[in-house]
Amino acid sequence: MTELVGLIVAKYNFWLYIILMMIGLYAMIAKNNLMKKLVGMNIFQTAIILFYVSIGYKHGATLPIIQGDHGGHGTHGAVIHAAEYINPLPHVLMLTAIVVSVATFGVAMALCVRVYRRYQTLEEDELRIRLSEK
Amino acid sequence: MNHMPAILVLAPLSGAFFSGLAAWIKPSFSYYIALAATLLSGVAATCVLGDVMAAGTVQYRMAGWAPPMGIELRIDSLNAMVLVLISAIAFLNLVASVRSVDREIPDRAPSFYVMYQLFVVGLLGVTATGDLFNLYVLIEITSLTSYTMIALGEEGRSHLAALNYIFIGVIGASFYLLGVGYLYITTGSLNMQDVAVILKQIPGSSSAVLTAFVLCILGVWIKMALFPLHVWLPNAYAFAPVGFARVVAPLMTKVMVYVMVRLMITVFGLDYVFNTLHLADIVVWLGVIAILAGAFMALFQTDLRKMLTYIIVCEIGYMVGGAWLGNTLGMAGAILHILNDALMTFALFLALGNIVYVRKQVAFSNLQGLFATMPWTMAGLVLAALSIIGVPPTCGFFSKWYLVLGAFEAGAYHFAAALIISSLVCAVLFFKVFEICFFEPMATSHGHHDYGGVVMTEAPVSMLVPLGLVSTAIVAAGVYAGTIVNTLILPFLQ
Repeated sequence: MTELVGLIVAKYNFWLYIILMMIGLYAMIAKNNLMKKLVGMNIFQTAIILFYVSIGYKHGATLPIIQGDHGGHGTHGAVIHAAEYINPLPHVLMLTAIVVSVATFGVAMALCVRVYRRYQTLEEDELRIRLSEK
Repeated sequence: MNHMPAILVLAPLSGAFFSGLAAWIKPSFSYYIALAATLLSGVAATCVLGDVMAAGTVQYRMAGWAPPMGIELRIDSLNAMVLVLISAIAFLNLVASVRSVDREIPDRAPSFYVMYQLFVVGLLGVTATGDLFNLYVLIEITSLTSYTMIALGEEGRSHLAALNYIFIGVIGASFYLLGVGYLYITTGSLNMQDVAVILKQIPGSSSAVLTAFVLCILGVWIKMALFPLHVWLPNAYAFAPVGFARVVAPLMTKVMVYVMVRLMITVFGLDYVFNTLHLADIVVWLGVIAILAGAFMALFQTDLRKMLTYIIVCEIGYMVGGAWLGNTLGMAGAILHILNDALMTFALFLALGNIVYVRKQVAFSNLQGLFATMPWTMAGLVLAALSIIGVPPTCGFFSKWYLVLGAFEAGAYHFAAALIISSLVCAVLFFKVFEICFFEPMATSHGHHDYGGVVMTEAPVSMLVPLGLVSTAIVAAGVYAGTIVNTLILPFLQ
């Protein structure tokens, strides 16, 4: 039991992202309203973004801005230790992923507007009835 | 430095930008710019293919940054072939579809051409890139543009189909992204070659690498519509405007198969996939189920367009199963089938588009007398159908031949049986269509007299010429199948 708790505490970022992801996935599968599904989709994507952000973190490290080296280009001052700085690369990747998720969300909302104008509803079961009427 | 690999991807990208601008001056300019841009990238792709055949793998450093830090375009004989295929189909489809775009979406034609070029950028980039994260971004560019273009189709239904596609497509892309995250944790790199080198140094089976592999492959399977994950595809492709359905049906799923093959061979390595993991048997069974399910669902359709979309689902099973047989013949068959299936599906959808252009509806009840009124289109459809069934001079036979040989070598008799059964089902499907088109009398809805002869209402020449070219390509790819396998595919596999 203590081993399991230890595992959960040591890798808590993984557990958190998986819980968030499952909340999003549940909303996408179980919810009846298209807008709620979209919110679920956004939670799903955000979970992955948080996962990436968390893997760049190191204990006792600081922001990846080189300190105490004004003007020079690393020739003066101390040698730069990578372990002292948080890995910025996953964060940079996530800037792109955020843009992608915003774009997807925008397209999906535009489509929801079109669906609503056509059928006057965003509930999936009502949409199914409207589609089978024709 | 030879800049052809960059021009290949950047031509449609800048084309999309200028198409959008030029539409303010005159809407038809955007079409000519799109035509020029895809032609340019086609020429560039052919040049790159020439370079690859002359001097081996081409590596291009984007903006001069050296890999593994910078993004690299890496083109070997496998993706050079796929690049030529994509740009050729994109160009021919533009030539063929201008009339149907003008008819279906006259007010939004410029936006269609802008999105079309961005879609082509995505496909070319996915194929050319040597960087795992870049691949994700380009997959999303491809998907986002397809959502918007599918939504240009039939009012209401196409929007719902596009929304469903978004929900499932986002899950697929996110799984892939997660997989890349695990690979990054393990290796600290995103360059495919670099990741492959570091993975080889990890002894035994690491569970992080296994998670990465499963997530990446699952994500790609969702995007390529492997059977239980296929639900988005039939509606999305059936309600899209014809001009887009014609390019997305042959290319999107096939490019995703290419990504799967690339991940298996270049990133994780065949040794890891087949010797360390023991998933191959299960995946071949998945392929078998996809083939049979796709074929039988196609049997129950009463609309030519819907039927063709289920045939795509069936063909995906061929390629996934073939790639996972675990021998060179199966892999060569799967890669050859990427090329052949793209050509066959393109020809089928070109013919379909011509029929839609003339008849508006393609339910089976609307197809009577097509052989008499549209003989050229039907000739193309028959040739493509024969190729799907797998009749020898056409290319479909040869990739099936390699797949069946691979199945026997691997002892996967169920896969060979599924291939043959699906060929028979396809024969039934197409001959059912031909019977309606050939024998059933024309409905005279207007009450006119039948003047003894039938008036030909063939599609315009601009739609027939691409169909003719692709039909020629189907036969040529069949005749030269051995050359293609020996000069392009086998050197890559060794």
